[in-house]
Amino acid sequence: MVDNVTARVRVPREASAGEVVSIRTLINHPMESGQRRDDAGEIIPRSIIHRFTCDFNGTNVIDVTLEPSISTNPYLQFEAVVQESGTFQFTWYDDDGSVYEESADIAVS
Amino acid sequence: MTATRQQVIGTGLAAAAAFFGLPAIATAADLEEAINTFTSGATTGEGGLTLIAPEIAENGNNVPVEVSAPGAEAIIILASGNPNPNVATFNFGPASGSRMASTRIRLAGAQDVIAIARMEDGSFIQASQSVRVTIGGCGG
Amino acid sequence: MISRRHFLQAAMATSALYGVGAFGNWSRLAAQQVLSQDDLIGSSDFGNVTLIHITDIHAQTQPIYFREPEFNLGVGPVNGLPPHLVGDEFRAAFGIARGSALDHALTYSDFEALARSYGRMGGLDRIATVVNAIRAERPGALLLDGGDTWQGSLPSLRTQGADMVGLMNALGVDAMTSHWEFTLGSDRVREIVEGPLEPAFLGANIFDVDWDEPVFDDYRIFERNGTQIAVIGQAFPYMPIANPGWMFPEYSFGLRRERMAEVVDEVRAAGAEVVVLLSHNGFDVDRQFARDIPGIDVILTGHTHDALPEPIQVGTTFLIASGSHGKFVSRIDLDVRDGGLQGISHRLIPVFSDVIAPDADMAARVAETRAPFAEEMAEVIGTSGNLLFRRGNFNGTWDDVICDALISERDAEIALSPGFRWGAAVLPGQEITREDIYNVTAMTYPNAYRTEMTGETLRMILEDVAENIFNPDPYYQSGGDMVRVGGMGYRIAPHGTTGARISEMTLLSTGEAIDPSRSYTVAGWASVNEGTEGPPIWDVLESHIRAQGVVEIDPNNSVDVVAG
Repeated sequence: MVDNVTARVRVPREASAGEVVSIRTLINHPMESGQRRDDAGEIIPRSIIHRFTCDFNGTNVIDVTLEPSISTNPYLQFEAVVQESGTFQFTWYDDDGSVYEESADIAVS
Repeated sequence: MTATRQQVIGTGLAAAAAFFGLPAIATAADLEEAINTFTSGATTGEGGLTLIAPEIAENGNNVPVEVSAPGAEAIIILASGNPNPNVATFNFGPASGSRMASTRIRLAGAQDVIAIARMEDGSFIQASQSVRVTIGGCGG
Repeated sequence: MISRRHFLQAAMATSALYGVGAFGNWSRLAAQQVLSQDDLIGSSDFGNVTLIHITDIHAQTQPIYFREPEFNLGVGPVNGLPPHLVGDEFRAAFGIARGSALDHALTYSDFEALARSYGRMGGLDRIATVVNAIRAERPGALLLDGGDTWQGSLPSLRTQGADMVGLMNALGVDAMTSHWEFTLGSDRVREIVEGPLEPAFLGANIFDVDWDEPVFDDYRIFERNGTQIAVIGQAFPYMPIANPGWMFPEYSFGLRRERMAEVVDEVRAAGAEVVVLLSHNGFDVDRQFARDIPGIDVILTGHTHDALPEPIQVGTTFLIASGSHGKFVSRIDLDVRDGGLQGISHRLIPVFSDVIAPDADMAARVAETRAPFAEEMAEVIGTSGNLLFRRGNFNGTWDDVICDALISERDAEIALSPGFRWGAAVLPGQEITREDIYNVTAMTYPNAYRTEMTGETLRMILEDVAENIFNPDPYYQSGGDMVRVGGMGYRIAPHGTTGARISEMTLLSTGEAIDPSRSYTVAGWASVNEGTEGPPIWDVLESHIRAQGVVEIDPNNSVDVVAG
């Protein structure tokens, strides 16, 4: 279990219908690669966020597979098109079975 | 890693090595296999895929990479010189606003970063960028 | 279309002023008998927009000696192109007579003899005289500082740059960009920028690490005589590599040329009629920017300390190189009409301190910043037996002294000293004061470490630094000169390939080849790693110079440079 995992997202609060908006996400996570050894010479087991998804009102925006080569505190930036007001749902999937969720509303006019 | 070695070897190489534990880098066969898994062996074209990565990484543990390919269904990022060449795969959904994504990656030393896009028509395009990870410490 | 006519006129005026026959060879006349302040500063009624460029002053408020490089290799496509010309090649390219004042200012040749004729250069009070004279003629002239301003002297170190901030405010700088400024730490930089700093602090390539958002202003648009002038800033791209990233962990830099292209479009869209890039990229990177990024009219280059008497034209972009340490002020007059740049006139003004009178107000301000440290700085530590200089690709005699000091004071077999380009020279026979020592060492990570390294690690370091300097693609160069080495010789093929430039590494004390697997005791300073332990380098150097009395340096033949 990884402690102190906090997810943060940056989404515009409002947009016009059909606008493409930029979305950025950050999650605090060590992304232990599974290649490192501890002081005793033992391999430190892999423990990473291996998948991230973003949906808007139930429709998928992006679905990302992450490998151990992704940096500590994974950062992702991408774009979504919004036709109506609604909610972005963000989900991070941890190797240890944990699922971290965050959401953000956007008002579309 | 001993403190004395770290004292001069800067943030780049040594830090990335700490994360991966050199020297287990991918072989050419590993890279080819990773590419084939994504392309199912199809040939890849060029043009239409933009890959932006710095020529010199500020920090081998945190290298910004952006990919963009209008008309792509999915884009994969590969690091030819890492223990496992796979880095990330972006699958674009119906609500995506463009076929671009950006993230930050670890590089275990200087190497080529490769991106391949699977297009909506089933074709593949490829781009690469050489990124240098340096000891640093002598500018001025 | 850009007219080349005015540029050529300016160039001809330069050679007429300083060229063949002006002084004859080996002038023994004191500088003030042949040069006049008015001749040096000049006068121009060209154009309607005037820029004044200073850069890489490295906190030098006093007139100094600074020897231009004897080795300044260009690799790949820039081989043999300015600024990679020295000595005869430099004089031939720009029509400069050997032994003339401009020769002394711009080349290493006969440095000691000519230094005794022409005297020191620079001094912030003299620069103020030049700036005031230009502004008397052109009240709206923009004064732009390319950075490396707050670091490089004892007073700037002790005041964390406060002395230079106050002085540059008084000089009337309109905008600046940055590099060594960040070695004061990001908290201190923010404190200055949000506090006393009057110039716009520009850096289109400074981003916060977490969210990848710009931290400082990208540009400032100035209106002068109804003309909109955009000044975009570009900080040194490789801050966290060349300098300690732990001092500014929340910032990321980089070339970010896609971003630069966007900013150029943005300022054009905002109404800019002329676009100026105030850059700390280094000359070769700026030349590549001029090729790759359309829409920049003038690049005021910095970082690599090059001084060129003429602009270098790339497409429709003009590159200006204004030297370092306050030796030069560039005046650039632009003819901006019909929404664009129509012509350019340029004058590289050499600041001969015995010719250009000090501005009384600035002289008083400078004296005030120095007063708390005056006694400490004036103390004589020893005497120079040789010309002590730093600048050059491979070694400088100041670094030879530093390496000798590291080996003797820290009991090491091999010494490493970084390839910095800053640091004032000392003439043979001159007393070495504590101020002189700080002029080549004053910085915020000075600890002189002592450690063990294998021969293989040493080779890897030399190869890595060589790659930083001699990669044929300027975007893969990160600046600086070759790391200086004491106690060890090596052969370098700058035009060689990555990882294969260094050979024949030899331990000088025994004449034996360096063994890749053997461990060597190595001393050095300016490590970019946090927590480096050891005495500050200025103490090491002072102790060594005191012990020597007269500092004598044997000619350094330990670096064998393979031509080609």
